[in-house]
Amino acid sequence: MAAKAAKADRGTRQLELVALANPPPEPEPAAEPRKPKRRATAEEMASRQREISISEFFTKNRHLLGFDNPSKALLTTIKEAVDNSLDACEEAGILPEITIEVRDLGFEGSGELTKGEGRFVVAVEDNGPGIVKAQAPKIFGKLLYGSKFHRLKQSRGQQGIGISAAAMYGQLTTGQPIRVVSRTGKGKPTHSFDIQIDTRKNAPVVNRDETLDDWHQEHGTRVELEIVANWQSGQKFVNRYVEHTALANPHCTVHYLRPKQARLSFPRATGELPKEALEIRPHPHGVELGALMTMAGDSKSRDVRGFLQSSFSRVSAQVAGEIVKNAGLKDRLRPRDIAGDRDLAEKLHKGIQATKIMAPPTNCLSPIGDALMRRGLVSFLSVIETDGPDGEDGQLDLDQVAKKKTRGKGKAAPVPEPAPADAEAEEGVEKIKGHDYFIATVTRPPRVYRGNPFQVEVGLAFGGSWPADKPVELFRFANRVPLLFQRSACGITDAVVKTDWRNYLLSQPKGSLPVGPMALLVHIASVWVPFTSESKEAVAHYPEIIREIQLAAQECGRKLAAHIRKRQHADYQSQRRSIFELYIHEVAEAIGKIVGRSPDPIRREFMKVAEKVTEADLESQDAKLEEAAEKTAKRPRRSEEDE
Amino acid sequence: MRMDAVSKKTVGKIEKLAESVLRAVKGGGNPFVEIPVRSLANVRFNEKKRVVELGNQRQKRYFFNVAMAKKFMQTFLVSDACKELIESGKTTSIRDLYYITKHTIGDSKQNTFEEQDESDPIIEDIEVALDTLREELHLFASRKGTMVGPITIRDSGDTIDLRRMGSGGWGVPSIVEENVIQFGRHEARYVLLVEKDAVWSRFNEDKFWKRQNAIIIHGGGQPPRGVRRMVQRLHRELGLPVYVLVDNDPWGFYIYSVVKQGSINLAFESMRMAVPDARFIGLSSFDKVTYRLPSNVAIKMDDGDVARAKQMLAYPWFQAKQWQAEIQEMVRSGVKYELEALSRRGISFITEEYLPTKLKEKDWIA
Ligand SMILES: Nc1ncnc2c1ncn2[C@@H]1O[C@H](COP(=O)(O)OP(=O)(O)O)[C@@H](O)[C@H]1O
Ligand SMILES: [Mg+2]
Repeated sequence: MAAKAAKADRGTRQLELVALANPPPEPEPAAEPRKPKRRATAEEMASRQREISISEFFTKNRHLLGFDNPSKALLTTIKEAVDNSLDACEEAGILPEITIEVRDLGFEGSGELTKGEGRFVVAVEDNGPGIVKAQAPKIFGKLLYGSKFHRLKQSRGQQGIGISAAAMYGQLTTGQPIRVVSRTGKGKPTHSFDIQIDTRKNAPVVNRDETLDDWHQEHGTRVELEIVANWQSGQKFVNRYVEHTALANPHCTVHYLRPKQARLSFPRATGELPKEALEIRPHPHGVELGALMTMAGDSKSRDVRGFLQSSFSRVSAQVAGEIVKNAGLKDRLRPRDIAGDRDLAEKLHKGIQATKIMAPPTNCLSPIGDALMRRGLVSFLSVIETDGPDGEDGQLDLDQVAKKKTRGKGKAAPVPEPAPADAEAEEGVEKIKGHDYFIATVTRPPRVYRGNPFQVEVGLAFGGSWPADKPVELFRFANRVPLLFQRSACGITDAVVKTDWRNYLLSQPKGSLPVGPMALLVHIASVWVPFTSESKEAVAHYPEIIREIQLAAQECGRKLAAHIRKRQHADYQSQRRSIFELYIHEVAEAIGKIVGRSPDPIRREFMKVAEKVTEADLESQDAKLEEAAEKTAKRPRRSEEDE
Repeated sequence: MRMDAVSKKTVGKIEKLAESVLRAVKGGGNPFVEIPVRSLANVRFNEKKRVVELGNQRQKRYFFNVAMAKKFMQTFLVSDACKELIESGKTTSIRDLYYITKHTIGDSKQNTFEEQDESDPIIEDIEVALDTLREELHLFASRKGTMVGPITIRDSGDTIDLRRMGSGGWGVPSIVEENVIQFGRHEARYVLLVEKDAVWSRFNEDKFWKRQNAIIIHGGGQPPRGVRRMVQRLHRELGLPVYVLVDNDPWGFYIYSVVKQGSINLAFESMRMAVPDARFIGLSSFDKVTYRLPSNVAIKMDDGDVARAKQMLAYPWFQAKQWQAEIQEMVRSGVKYELEALSRRGISFITEEYLPTKLKEKDWIA
């Protein structure tokens, strides 16, 4: 990837600069070559070698999981808890109602909001299925413990590292355990725990284990964490996360409580649960050598063919036979043999690649869907507090949080005059808070990358109060989770930037996002979203994914272009009508005086004709616009290919 | 106030125009004003009458057309103002008319007219569209012509002896029709029209008109309508030959041609103003040799001059051999001369030597 190469380049250049700034010391006069003295023995070294627990690793590398600084940690903590609540409700088939609460302990003590870093309590409560008592300690007190890692199913969490990592962060920064309240149903007890992590052993320590007499939720879970956070600089990102979560999950009601502010609620836009995401077995073409060996080791099948059929999707007896033949392996070979022999495993791996296998089932995915994406956008635009992007470059970039000063709400650029009231409502245009937004959505059919089914959706909202002279606001989502970090490293951004938006009547500086009053939502749903890192901030640049995003963006773009043309047409119409109206008054007055009659009836006659004439005239004008648009469309497109 | 027949007719024409617009609008049509085209493309040279005439190309000025709407409106603002002028028996300048009709439109930031340059052509449009004279619309252009000579005239009832005009001369009004100006006793033998004020002053100070019994008149460059109409009347009614003295440059030649057969812009008025018999007396392209003008009083022609001269070679009224020779010589030499260049030979050389010689030798082009 060119961008990566450039980055690497910059790296080496920096090194060179450092080298120049610190010239190597003068070589010392050549001394008599000495035999170096041994510093430590293998035994001495062995005494220092021991297992590194994952918790210890995390302590030193918290940035890998999204806890780099107190502003970001605040958001990551909320995000992990909310993701889990949504996953659990979806899996259980419950319409989620989630409460997110941020409490400023400094404010509660002194009455003044904490400036900069301080102690905060984050609480997330859901009406989900609850957690059985025996599982709670491990879920919250052990990293890499979860239900989602071992299955291929579209979900928000993946690695089983989320909520326990947040608990660990809280424990490290405040010494406080995570507090959990959970109940699995009516008539069932409500359990409440304080759980800590023994970071050496990566094992839970339960400090408190009580049964509550009463809880207002019939079923559900509440987690409460005390953490060091920075609300002052981090809040706008939390706001954005909450808004976007509501946007991508229109079936969910979200309540949001913040220090010193009124409660904000996003009511659900639909009472329908998303289509259930199904678990699938991995597709042979997506499996890597190491994983293949592990899977073979776990297999209970008697021979390779049985192993292939039971562990993978789309492998029939016939296909399994073909793979084994292509791999040049014996039919009677046992999975165990493969697990223990790298050469054999490699042969099998090559055999798999050499065999034509049907694409994996794609009905396992649960996209948001056109209609709900539209409804989500509408309710999102109705509730959000910001008047559009408020970053310097029009984008919220959480990675920049430390560099940015807190600034007032971005003032929206002047918006185009609203269409006259009598104008017919255009299809796709929604009136929200007094502004007209054009909304278009596209859901692509499912596709496959490296054996993993995925599906891309794009929605856009154009016009309204968004600034016209700033880059469009890009909202990235993976499995309905907003991605707020590493925008420029993300494949989604890459795909949008590589799309030629000038074809769709937006301006676009070279190699940048298009400019215009627009919010663009891109959602990728997959059984396994390829993130660039464990903190799940950016989608990797798989060509299949990039291409799908581009195709969806283009389809949306064409709808947008049709709308922009229509609006230009309307602007033109009202503009010319107003010219005539301006002059009609004068003409009627003058002619009235000449012929000695009152100007009013004359003016009315003129107005009548004005309407008729503008219509007819407009048709030819329209034809011209259409022609111009066709010309643009015929211009070689930078990246649009036909399907 | 009672209107005379001419005024009644003019007002009638304005009313008819307005009514035709009302009819069109009532019928749901796009109203228009039909205006003869005033450009070179619609001008032709009538060989027989030897004047420039307007062709019959007409152009429709629609109201419901973004490009024409404003001009359409302006046409009626001016028409209305003229009607009022006529009915109240007042006459005013076209500058005045500009101020009368200029105002801000509604609550917009637009004015009905931004510049006088916008209203002047509208007046000409109305003149041709209604086939009326500017005077009949009770309008006049700024006057810039001056006249002196052995003649007595009556101007609006006042008797004026043009032999006693001192150094300033008599300002030629823009309207010199018979109902305003009448000619009285005179001893004039011919009319001399000079291009410029400064040269006219030389002739006046040298009492050239007295010595030669000539009427001398200037039009401050391209002569305005009043001056041209005056020259035509002197020529027609008093039978005086007309001589034209202009700079030796394309512009000077053009002025002569306008006096002689009319201008492209006012082709519709040619019959009232052109003097096809007017004689070009100087400055000729060959005078520099005949009158030994030193080359250091010559002015180099610029690209515009050359282009204009070449264009004139193609004008139908410059097809005579002599004219082709004049223009070609100018282009060949690449220099032009102002009348003042003659002063090199003495301050009164032009009045005492040059012009008398030319007249005596009949050294002119007809
Ligand atoms: N609010 C909740 N309701 C029900 N189950 C939950 C909830 N939060 C977490 N869990 C369970 O705990 C597991 C571990 O969560 P987590 O550490 O965030 O990892 P991941 O989400 O990646 O699986 C989840 O897989 C889920 O089974
Ligand atoms: Mg999770």
